[in-house]
Amino acid sequence: MSRNRFYIIIGALLVLSYLATRFVDNQFYFFAGFAILQLMVMALAWNILGGYVGYVNFGSAAFFGLGAYSAIVVLNLFDASLFAQIITGGCFAALIGFGTGYLTLRLRGVYFAIATLALLVVSETLIVNWEFVGGAAGTYVLPKKNPTVLGVLVVGKENALFDNYKELLFFLMCLIALATIIICSLVENSKLGRGLAALRDSEEAAESMGVPTLRLKLFATTLSASIMGVTGGIFPYYMTFIDPISAFNLDISVNALAMPLIGGTATWLGPVLGAVVLGTLQQIATVTISSEVNLLIVGLFLVAFVVFAPGGFLGLIEKYWKRGD
Amino acid sequence: MFSAELLINAIVTGILLGGFYAALSIGLSISFGLLDIVNIAHPAFIILGAFVCFIFNSHYGLDPILMGIIFAPAFYVIGTLIYRIYYESFEKTGAEALRGLAFFFGIMFIIEVILIMSFGVDFQMVQADYIDFKATFGVVDIPFRMFVPFVIAMMMTLGLQYFSSRTFFGRAMQAVAQDSLALRLMAIDPARIKRIAFGLSLATCSIAGALLVIVIPIEPSVGRLYIGQVFAIVVLGGLGSQSGTLIAAMLLGLVESMITTFFGPSWSPAVAFGALILVLAFKPTGILGRVGDTRG
Repeated sequence: MSRNRFYIIIGALLVLSYLATRFVDNQFYFFAGFAILQLMVMALAWNILGGYVGYVNFGSAAFFGLGAYSAIVVLNLFDASLFAQIITGGCFAALIGFGTGYLTLRLRGVYFAIATLALLVVSETLIVNWEFVGGAAGTYVLPKKNPTVLGVLVVGKENALFDNYKELLFFLMCLIALATIIICSLVENSKLGRGLAALRDSEEAAESMGVPTLRLKLFATTLSASIMGVTGGIFPYYMTFIDPISAFNLDISVNALAMPLIGGTATWLGPVLGAVVLGTLQQIATVTISSEVNLLIVGLFLVAFVVFAPGGFLGLIEKYWKRGD
Repeated sequence: MFSAELLINAIVTGILLGGFYAALSIGLSISFGLLDIVNIAHPAFIILGAFVCFIFNSHYGLDPILMGIIFAPAFYVIGTLIYRIYYESFEKTGAEALRGLAFFFGIMFIIEVILIMSFGVDFQMVQADYIDFKATFGVVDIPFRMFVPFVIAMMMTLGLQYFSSRTFFGRAMQAVAQDSLALRLMAIDPARIKRIAFGLSLATCSIAGALLVIVIPIEPSVGRLYIGQVFAIVVLGGLGSQSGTLIAAMLLGLVESMITTFFGPSWSPAVAFGALILVLAFKPTGILGRVGDTRG
């Protein structure tokens, strides 16, 4: 696929998602779509470090939750706009990601994995004990009435870009997801991506060939964390209520890790595929059976794929393709 | 409020808690510390053990510790089976770093969700005569719901320490950790030693689960909270050192009990993980660790 065609498709998808908010009436689709897109962005972000570099992050929920709560902090302090909240979420999570990476990335990979898990519990405990952002009880986020950007009414009943917040947030999430896909594909096709791939295959060999491994790992960690933070930053608005249990839930971590491993970790297509297939399955399972079952599905798929199909969906497709020739 | 009475009680509780933590983490010090298998599902298996004890206790009134010991062989068998899969799928091909970790993460979720689906998210507890008993010495209270698990935990920990330093098999386990190639040259199959050792580490989960359900009421996802404790203890203790694990467990128990007494229980989850982050950042070899284990 040539670069130009790639960008045209991305642009077309963005336009399509806006048109969907104009012409689709059933609000459930936006609700479910947002959930699936959120899974996708988290999966793509996890894959930057997990798939391209080979470092396992168990603490995706920590970066997500910190993004969400830093958004709450700027909202409480400065009555910040949604846009400012999202940016703050991304920046703060990036900072924490950089710090965690700096402290642990020089150790063996498994220590990074455990440290991220530790970060998850420490940050949850801090938030639970911080009354300013609602503590253990959580806090409500009331969407602003008639928000405008550059004089244009964004959400309103008449002459506005969107009819309601659900549609606006769905569109924003599409925007974030497409931007993340572009970032991932840029990383893959750059010198940076090749450096990351080299250090995934053999850190020592890469280092001795002059690849600045620690710097690359730190970059990947920071980028991955900031995208997770952005996803977290938009989350309180979507839920209109947030508490530590939902923001720092280990389910978020397991989903972020399972989608790429099920879809395939080599390129951005894997996490996207994993998130679309599994996310849809989860939405169906949640509606028809129960929310526990959707976690069971993730667990079973995850174990089955890592044991029997190391390449994920993409690996399976490739294998089938080759046999066909 | 600070007072000598409170301090003494906090210390006693801390020691009892530390012994209990040692029981939770001693199995992981074998699997993670010696065998290099990052069994993130270790606490989930402990919860599984706890629920087995709970079932037999609530239906037939059997003693939880007795059930823990009876079911230990079953856990051993599960452990050897899991190691077989792990070895064939990951260790043989050298893919344990990424997919091996994800494998145990998945297993953890499967156990948890199955427990939630069968028992719900209510807290469950066991009944036994000694649980409500409390001995008082002057100002010091010793609740037996902590003391009995402490005694069993110490027996298990010291027993395992004796086993791994004095018996032939125990030394073979240590040898796998140090140099598995040398072991192969001695015509010993490292995979077999590791399989048995991993089985052993899961067998401790059965007993640790029995102790857990005596100490606190349990629900399926409570295991998540203990991931931090057990990994912090094993890393802090210096990977694979049983005596180090015991010391680290005591230390963590004491600190946590102090924090709970003087700052409030809502801060205690951060203690273990905070300690873990600090140890990883500044002294990754732990208290009694071998040098050069963590880098590279």
